[in-house]
Amino acid sequence: MKPAVVSSWNPALLQRAALDAGRKLDPRALSRNPVIFVTALGALAVTAVAVRDLAGGCLTGFTFQITLWLWFTVLFANFAEALAEGRGKAQADFLRRSRSHIQARRLRGAAEECMAATDLRKGDVVVCEAGDVIPADGEVTEGIASVDESAITGESAPVIRESGGDRSAVTGGTRVLSDRILVRVSVEPGGGFLDRMIGMVEGASRQRTPNEIALGILLTSLTLVFGAVVVTLPAFALFSETLAGQPGAVDTSLPVLVSLFVCLIPTTIGGLLSAIGISGIDRLIRRNVIATSGRAVEAAGDIDVLLLDKTGTITLGNREAAEFVPAPGVAVERLAEAAQLASLADETPEGRSIAVLAKERFNLRQRDLAAPHAQFVPFTAQTRMSGVDLAAHDGQRARRIRKGATGSVRDWVQRQGGAFPAAVAEAVDRISRAGGTPLVVAEEREVLGVVNLKDVVKGGIKERFAELRGMGIRTVMITGDNPLTAAAIAAEAGVDDFHRSGHAGDEARAHPRRAGAGAPRRHDGRRHQRRARARPSRCRCGDEHRYAGRSRGRQHGRPRQQSDEAHRDRRDR
Amino acid sequence: MVAGVMNVADFAYLVLFLSLLVVASGPLGFWIAGVLRGGPPVFLRWLVPVECAIYRLAGIAPATEMGWRVYAGTLLVFHLLGFIALVAMQLVQGHLPLNPQHFGAVPLGVAVNTAVSFVTNTNWQAYSGEASLGYLTQMGGLGVQNFLSAAVGFAVMAALARGLVRKSAAGLGNFWADLVRSTLYVLLPLSLVLAVVLVAQGVPMSFAPYATATTLAGAEQVIPLGPAASQIAIKQLGTNGGGFYGVNSAHPFENPTPFSNFLQTFAILALPGACVLAFGRLVGARRHAWVVYGVMLVFFVAALGLSLWAELTPHPQLGAAVVMEGKEVRFGVVPSVLWANATTVASNGSVNAMHSSFAPLAGGVALFNMLLGEIIFGGIGSGLYGMVAMIVLAVFLAGLMVGRTPEYLGKKIEAFEVKMAAVAVLVPCVAVLFGCAASFLTEGGRAAVGNGGPHALTEVLYAWGSMANNNGSAFGSLTATGDLYTWGGACAMLVGRFGVILPVLALAGSLAAKKAVPPSSGTLPTDGALFAALLGGTILIVAALTHFPSLALGPVLEHLLLGAGRTF
Repeated sequence: MKPAVVSSWNPALLQRAALDAGRKLDPRALSRNPVIFVTALGALAVTAVAVRDLAGGCLTGFTFQITLWLWFTVLFANFAEALAEGRGKAQADFLRRSRSHIQARRLRGAAEECMAATDLRKGDVVVCEAGDVIPADGEVTEGIASVDESAITGESAPVIRESGGDRSAVTGGTRVLSDRILVRVSVEPGGGFLDRMIGMVEGASRQRTPNEIALGILLTSLTLVFGAVVVTLPAFALFSETLAGQPGAVDTSLPVLVSLFVCLIPTTIGGLLSAIGISGIDRLIRRNVIATSGRAVEAAGDIDVLLLDKTGTITLGNREAAEFVPAPGVAVERLAEAAQLASLADETPEGRSIAVLAKERFNLRQRDLAAPHAQFVPFTAQTRMSGVDLAAHDGQRARRIRKGATGSVRDWVQRQGGAFPAAVAEAVDRISRAGGTPLVVAEEREVLGVVNLKDVVKGGIKERFAELRGMGIRTVMITGDNPLTAAAIAAEAGVDDFHRSGHAGDEARAHPRRAGAGAPRRHDGRRHQRRARARPSRCRCGDEHRYAGRSRGRQHGRPRQQSDEAHRDRRDR
Repeated sequence: MVAGVMNVADFAYLVLFLSLLVVASGPLGFWIAGVLRGGPPVFLRWLVPVECAIYRLAGIAPATEMGWRVYAGTLLVFHLLGFIALVAMQLVQGHLPLNPQHFGAVPLGVAVNTAVSFVTNTNWQAYSGEASLGYLTQMGGLGVQNFLSAAVGFAVMAALARGLVRKSAAGLGNFWADLVRSTLYVLLPLSLVLAVVLVAQGVPMSFAPYATATTLAGAEQVIPLGPAASQIAIKQLGTNGGGFYGVNSAHPFENPTPFSNFLQTFAILALPGACVLAFGRLVGARRHAWVVYGVMLVFFVAALGLSLWAELTPHPQLGAAVVMEGKEVRFGVVPSVLWANATTVASNGSVNAMHSSFAPLAGGVALFNMLLGEIIFGGIGSGLYGMVAMIVLAVFLAGLMVGRTPEYLGKKIEAFEVKMAAVAVLVPCVAVLFGCAASFLTEGGRAAVGNGGPHALTEVLYAWGSMANNNGSAFGSLTATGDLYTWGGACAMLVGRFGVILPVLALAGSLAAKKAVPPSSGTLPTDGALFAALLGGTILIVAALTHFPSLALGPVLEHLLLGAGRTF
C-alpha cells in the first residue's frame, strides 16, 4: 500500500518527463513561467535568423550554436519541471490504483458481502481481518486489532486500534495485521483521507507558496529591465559607432542581443526552480521524511508556529497514577489497597495504572474478586464515581469503596454522615495546581485519601522544543484541560504557549463519531466528562481536524506544520 | 598618489565636512521625527497657532486619517495644481509685477519642463534664471515649489514609516498635516537661518533692477541681482538644486566665499542624512537606521575617493598635477569634487563646477551616483523611501537564501510588497535607458551634444540619468532646450518621481494592513554587518547589471582612451 519512494532517476519517469518537456513547448504552458517564455521567444527569433541565413547560405557557426543553446535551455527547464511533476503524478496514480483494487466486506445483518471499496457509503459496517486493507475511513465499533498505518504516517511500527475510547479511528488504505474488527464507515465516497491525499499530491504543482509568487514577480521585473537594457543597446552602439567614425564596428545582430539577454535574465533560477524542488525532496528522503512536493519543502521553511495537541503528543496520552496521598490518620497502604480494589474492574489505562502503582509501591497483589462477593459499580455520567461493593465473606466484613471526582465523593461521604477532611481538600487543590487529576478514594463514610493521576510528559520533549525554539519556531500546546492543568503541563514540557480550546459544537462537528455518543464508556472521574465534550485536538490520521487546521492555515497564506504522526502514535506501539 | 597631491587643508576640509555631517544628522533627525509625529520642537512652539490658522483657512482636519489611495490621490492633485500655477506664471510673467527686466513669456516647452522639474524636486534647468525669469516667478513660483516638493518628500517618508509601524491599520496619516508641519517647522526655519548667513556672505537679496557697471576696460556690464539668498537656502536644504542664476552655485553671487561653499555643501546632505535617522526614530529601529546610514556613507566615501583619485592623478597629456578648467579657482579641486559627489548622491543637482570638465572617471562617478537611483542619502524623504524599496528587495533575496518568508521591521514581505519595491527600483532605470535610446535615435537628440566620442554619450546618459532620478544637475555641455529634452525630459522627471512615490505609498498601505510578526531567530537582523553587506550588494547589482553596458560605452571608455592618449 505504501507508495514506494519514487526515485527521480526512474527510467519510466525520465521518459515521461522527456515527452512532457516537448509537450510543454505549448505557448500556453510556457507563458506560466515568464523567464522561460521570453527565452523561448528569443530562441524562436534566433531560429528564424538561422533559417534565413541558411537559405542565404551564410549561416555562421555562431548563430547555429546560439540557436542550439537557446532551445536546450528551454527544453531543459521544461524537462526539470516535468520531472518534478512526474513524481507527483506517479504517486497519485499509484494511490488511485491501489484504492480501486481494495475489496470491502460489508456486513448486512449477519451476512457478509463483497463489494468495491469505492461504493461504500457513510454508515456501512465492514469487517476487516488480519491481512485485509481497511476500505474506508471509519470508527472501530467492535474488536481490537493491530494496524499498519505506515502508508499514511510513515511510522513502521503497527498501532493498536480498538473500539471505544481514543483509538477507534481507522483510515482507509491501512492494513490490519492481526485480529478482527468491525468498522463503521464515517465518510462518504470521495471524502476520505486517501482521496484528499491524492488531491494534494496532484494539486501540489498548482499551489505556489507566497515566496514563489513573490520570486516570480521579481524575476519578471528583472527580465523586463534587462529586456530594456538589451533593446536600447543597439542605439547606444550605433551612437558610439557614429561618433567614433567606425560604422558597423559593433555587432548588434539578433543572435548576439538574444544571447546577451538570456545571459542577463535570471534564466537559471527561473528554469531550475522545479529542479531545486526535486533536490529538496531527495535530501529529505535521506532523512526519512517524505515530502509530497517541492513546494511543501519550501513552505516548511516558513513555519514559525507549531501547534501540538497535548494528549499523546506532548504527554504520553494516558494519565498514570503517580502518588497516593492519604488523609490524616489513614495508612498509605490502606489507601493503596482500597484504590486498587476499586480499580480492579476498571479496564481504562488510568484504572490499570492505579493497580500497577499499588503493586509497585506496596507489593499489593491483584486479587481475583469473583462475582458473588464483589459487585463492581461502573462509572456513570450521573454519579461520576466508580468502585466496588464487597459482600461480607470469609470472615471479612462488607466494604463499599468508591473513587471519583472530588465533588461526587464528598457528596457520597456526606450523605452517609461522614466528613470531608480539610487536609484532603488541600491535597486535591495542590494536585490540580500541579497539573494532575485528583481522584478521591473513600470507603463507607471515611475519606481515605487522594490518588494523583499525572499526565506524564514524554521524555526528551523539552529538549526538542528547545531545539525548535532555536530554529525560531514557537510551540503552542492545544488542550481542553482546565487552565491550571494546562499551565502546569505547558511549564513542564517547556512549550512557549498553550491554547485552551473547544466548544461542544466544534467537537461534535469535528468528531462525528462522538457527536451522538452520549455518556462516555470509560469512567475514572470528572475528567472524562470534560474530555469527551471539549477535547478537540487529539486527532489521528483521518480525523477531520487535520484538514480543518490545514485549510485554516492556507486561508492566511501561512503553512502550518502538522505534528509528526509517528511521534504522536509512539504510545500506541 | 592622492596623498601626495592633497594637502593637509584638503584632508581637514573633508574630515570636517564628514564629521559635521554625521554629528548633525542625529539632532536633525530627532527634530524631523518629532515634527512628523505632530509636534514642533520646543523653540518653535510659538508657531503652533500659525499651523492651526493654516488648517482653519484651508478647511483641513489634520487628524483625519488617509488610506494610501487617498493619500496618493491628494498628493497628485496637489502637485497638479502646483504644476498648473507654475506654468501659468511663466507664461504670463510679462504682465506680473516684480519683473524689473520685463522678461516676456517663457516658451511653452521650457515652461512645462521647468514646472515639472520644480514640482518633482528635480530642478533640471532648461532656462537661465537671470536671462528669462522675473523675480516673482522665481520667488513665488519656483521658490514655493522648492519648499513644497521637499515637504512632500518628508510626507511620503512619514507615510511609509507609519505603514511599517501600524498594525492592521488602513490610515497612513494626513497628507496636508505632514505637508504643513514639515514646511513650517523644518524647512522654513532652517532656510531662514541659512539665507541670513548667505546674505552675510554676500549673496544678493534685492528687488532692484539689474545693476549696470562700466568695467575698467570701458565695457558695459550688466550685473544681475534679485532675491537670491532665500531661494539658494531652500535649494540646498530641500535637495532641489535649481539655481537662481544659470550657472548655479558656480556663480559668485550664489556662492561667494569658501565659507558659503562649505555651508552649502553641508546643507545639501544635512537633511537627507537626517531623514534616515528620523525614519529610524519613527519606526523605532534606530540601530537599523544607523546601519542604513552607514551603508550610504560607505557608498558616498567610496565615490568621493574614486573621484578624488581620478581628479588628482596627473593628466597623461597635459602633465599638470590637476586640471582647473571648469572648476572655480575660488574653491579648488577637493571642495569641487566633494560638492559634485554630494550633489549627485543627494538628488540635489546644484553645481559649483562643470561636471563635464571633470576627469572621465570623476564625471562617471557623479553619473553612477545618480544611476544608483538617488538612494545614497538621496532627496529629502525620497532618498530614504527609495532606499526602503531597495531594502525590501535585499531582505527578500536574503529570505530566499534561507528559505523563509522574509520580514522587514516585523512586517512580512510578500508578493505585493516585492512587486511594488521592484517597480519603485526599476522604473527610473527603464526611463533612463529609453530616454537615451530616444536621444541616440533622433536627429535632435544627437545634435544636442557638445563634444565627441564617448564624452558625448556620457553627456546624453548624464542628462537622462539626472532627469529620471530627479537630480537635476547638468553635465554642462549638452544643449537641453530641444523638444526631446524639454518634453521627453518632463516625462522622465514625472516617471522618476511618481513612478517611485506611488509604489512606495502602495507598499506603505499594504504594510500598514498587516499584522506585526515578532522577530524570531529566523529573522534576518536588520541592524548588523550581514544586512549592510546584503544591502550594499543588492544596490550594486541592480545598478550594475542595468547600467554597466552604457557606463562602459561612456565614462569608462573615455577613461581608457584618455590613458591611450585621446581626449574629447
